[in-house]
Amino acid sequence: MSALLSAHGVCFNRGGRQILDSISLSVEPSEVVTLIGPNGSGKTSLLRILLGLEQADAGRVARRPGLTVGYVPQRLTVEPTLPMTVLRFLSLPHRVSRAAAREALEETGVAHLERAQVHALSGGEFQRVLLARALLRRPDILVLDEPAQGIDFSGQLDLYQLIDRIRRQRGCSVLLVSHDLHLVMAATDRVICLNRHVCCSGEPEAVSRHPEYLALFGPRAAQALAIYHHDHDHHHDIAGEPVPLAGQTENGPATADQASREDRQV
Amino acid sequence: MLDDFLFRAFLAGAGLAHVAGPLGCFVIWRRMAYFGDSLAHSALLGVTLGFLLNIDLQLGVLATCVAVALTVAALHQQQRLPTDTLLGILAHSGLALGLVALSFMSDLRVDLLGYLFGDVLAVGTGDILWIWLGGLAVLGVIVLTWRPLLLATLHEELARAEGVPVLAMRLTLMLTLAITIAVAMKIVGILLVTSMLILPAAAARRFARTPEEMAVLAALFGVLAVGGGLWGSLSYDTPSGPSIVVAALLCFVAALVLGGLVQRR
Repeated sequence: MSALLSAHGVCFNRGGRQILDSISLSVEPSEVVTLIGPNGSGKTSLLRILLGLEQADAGRVARRPGLTVGYVPQRLTVEPTLPMTVLRFLSLPHRVSRAAAREALEETGVAHLERAQVHALSGGEFQRVLLARALLRRPDILVLDEPAQGIDFSGQLDLYQLIDRIRRQRGCSVLLVSHDLHLVMAATDRVICLNRHVCCSGEPEAVSRHPEYLALFGPRAAQALAIYHHDHDHHHDIAGEPVPLAGQTENGPATADQASREDRQV
Repeated sequence: MLDDFLFRAFLAGAGLAHVAGPLGCFVIWRRMAYFGDSLAHSALLGVTLGFLLNIDLQLGVLATCVAVALTVAALHQQQRLPTDTLLGILAHSGLALGLVALSFMSDLRVDLLGYLFGDVLAVGTGDILWIWLGGLAVLGVIVLTWRPLLLATLHEELARAEGVPVLAMRLTLMLTLAITIAVAMKIVGILLVTSMLILPAAAARRFARTPEEMAVLAALFGVLAVGGGLWGSLSYDTPSGPSIVVAALLCFVAALVLGGLVQRR
């Protein structure tokens, strides 16, 4: 398997400050990779370099030839002076059929908004519209920059479920940026923990126990993770006693849906 | 029966308005009003250049506007000074340089007011040809690049990530704006040019649900303003350029009131 997108020894400086120090990473087909790191760790810069929005000072970025990227930017504010319906927005910069647009909106759960003005959408609604727009490009890889920002907790879980479903149905890769490991845990294959350099990377569980991760995020982050994980295999009865989940095989992975219900109880 | 000069004036004004409408929408969406103003102000330097070099005045204005637009684009890339500071410097030094240079040519009697506020009643057949050719060229460019232009306006990063040549789009808008201003100078004059871009487009905003609707409506409002302004100018013996702008203003106010009523219902 050849990587869709990879960085080799990427360095990046801004205003005399080193922001990225020889970063190497790759995203394989159908893989979900999460970039995680504290504020100012260079996540956004790295993403911009991978997308070709910014030039690296050293190192190189390789894309598989003909790669189609579906980019969902972090926050998009639209001038209220620009009248634009959601349907019209999906037809930029290339015309798409109404049926295709509607299908994409249904897939991301916002079909009812097709006639809404984009500047009047809430943060979560806009994320889903942007996701629908990215899907219309039939991307090989979806790139999402902090998709859960400005969305409430249950909305975030829904969003990650949606991303997970899209990945499973379409088989595209996903590269996402987050600062919250325990939220993306269930939906991610590999976590890359970034703080100017790659601190550690691997499966989410391994990263969550890695000393560099703990040094960056503190033991509380690991605790939050533990609670989350612990909840996978049971829920609580009225008295608060743990009860095994019905219909679930031993050690089988909990679905994100079950996890979300559990989390709301905690 | 329409007077011949009045008909020519309307033809010239309409030639400007149908381009200024759609282009004005972009000026509003991208907050380029001050940029348009700067181009227009420095156009007087172009007039002077035209006299000095003994070339067609509109060609002089066009060349100056294009030069200023490119200068702004280049300096903007460097990000040494905030853009509005930069525009302020260019706008007023262009105007001042133009006026100073004009005063040196003492053997020349120039109708300065005509350049500053327009003299649409004096347009000849050649001017009308200029206006429509320039106008249609600008409109053609806008129509051809409409979708990528819209995406670049909506979100530059997103457009760039998807391979839209964002810098080329920005330059396209700046150059078409330069052409439009060179064309508009005859009609409403250097000091009032921006109003023909902004007022009809702003009036159209309230009634539009898509960018296309807004562009078409803006063009219509612009033509309406030209017609109304010329009629007012003739009836009340007022200067034609400012009368057109006042008509555009009335359009805008009426749109505000009407739009408010429509939305309340």
